[in-house]
Amino acid sequence: MSSDEPVRAISVTVNGTVHRREVAERKNLADFLRQDLQLTGTHVGCEHGVCGACTVLVDGVSARGCLMLAVQADGCSVETVESLAGDAPGPSGLGPLQQAFRDRHALQCGFCTPGILMSLTELLRDDPAPDEHAVRLVLSGHLCRCTGYQNIVAAALQAASKAGGGS
Amino acid sequence: MKAPPFRYHAPRTLDEALSLLASLPGPRLLAGGQSLMPMLNFRLLAPEHVVDLNRVEGLSGIREAGGEIVFGAMTRQREIEFSPLVEARLPLLAEAIQWVGHRQTRNRGTLGGSLCHLDPSAEQPTVAMAMDATLAIVGPAGRRELPMRDFALDLMTPALDEGEILAEVRIRPWAPGHGWAFLEFARRHGDYAIVAVAVLLELDASARASRVSITLGGVAATPVRVPEAEARLLGSLIDAEAIADAAACCGAVDALGDPQVPAWYRQRLARTLAGRAIPAALARTAAHAAAGGTP
Repeated sequence: MSSDEPVRAISVTVNGTVHRREVAERKNLADFLRQDLQLTGTHVGCEHGVCGACTVLVDGVSARGCLMLAVQADGCSVETVESLAGDAPGPSGLGPLQQAFRDRHALQCGFCTPGILMSLTELLRDDPAPDEHAVRLVLSGHLCRCTGYQNIVAAALQAASKAGGGS
Repeated sequence: MKAPPFRYHAPRTLDEALSLLASLPGPRLLAGGQSLMPMLNFRLLAPEHVVDLNRVEGLSGIREAGGEIVFGAMTRQREIEFSPLVEARLPLLAEAIQWVGHRQTRNRGTLGGSLCHLDPSAEQPTVAMAMDATLAIVGPAGRRELPMRDFALDLMTPALDEGEILAEVRIRPWAPGHGWAFLEFARRHGDYAIVAVAVLLELDASARASRVSITLGGVAATPVRVPEAEARLLGSLIDAEAIADAAACCGAVDALGDPQVPAWYRQRLARTLAGRAIPAALARTAAHAAAGGTP
């Protein structure tokens, strides 16, 4: 970043913690999370809103981290994939949705996974018992080149039924 | 890539936004960011100043006034998708909004942003054209209103002068009992349509069409009404012959061609989709449902 880059002071709550930073006005939210807050769970893929890897929740709804400026998140509450795991180390610390992904082999390289987990988190909050069609509609906003999606759908449905919403 | 450097402005009022537009060189308005941000990240644009409308008071929301449904230009697609008012009064828009991008982009994308970006195959401009939406624009010279057909000048070229902002979109619902259908074809769900068709239909007591709107998106430089197809149905019983004739009119519209999608293919799609959308709209008319039958 050059020294004459315009910056702006912002205050963003990320996963429950308030962060005050000066940030370049042109920096997108995903880069801010990764570079300024070292929350590298959010991945940056295509940088034009197509692949979905950078998807995070902003004030409870999913958004592309690459299509939002960090300065626009001033005063907002952001949730990233880091919020999904519990405190325990290793696999025993996985959240229920993450555990379902592990059980169902719903990831291989894992690059797309953080964004998918956040979109599914939004879906399962709105609708604890989604049908397969609802899951697939949400997944249509994400690209995965490893899994063929079938195991992701299965994991989402398993997580839903484990949460007690399944039929 | 990363966006080029720019100065960012976040006005709180429309007046503040207008005075920024008047005083800054080469400003760009940022609405939901689902089109402008990719263009910045690709460095297709390098504006000196970006004026963000997201914090401007009073630019969003859906209400009913004077028999019309009134949308603030910054109303997000998500609000439209989940609005009971839109579902009840503007079923064509409610159906079309399902085709707009994905959940993750509808959460931020706005109605006004889409109308001003004016992608020829975008769903919201197609609906605005189909329903003769009225656009309220504010600028240095005050407020003016334009019908959608005069707003969509050419490919991605809205009738906005320097320093102007689209503030409001008004749509007058069709009569209760009207039929509607929005269909499109894209290679994947959520992609821009290759061709989209919007059909609105009202029938009189003798089941003849008393009001018709047929619009194509993605075919020409802007969404276009197809007056020949509308005229073929108006005053007629919507039988198989009328549907085929109207669909043929849709397949004869001057179409854009590009290396991926030649003009003849767009025309063929327009004809096919119109041939499906017209009977779909007919089946949803109250008169048709009451008659309980086939055309």
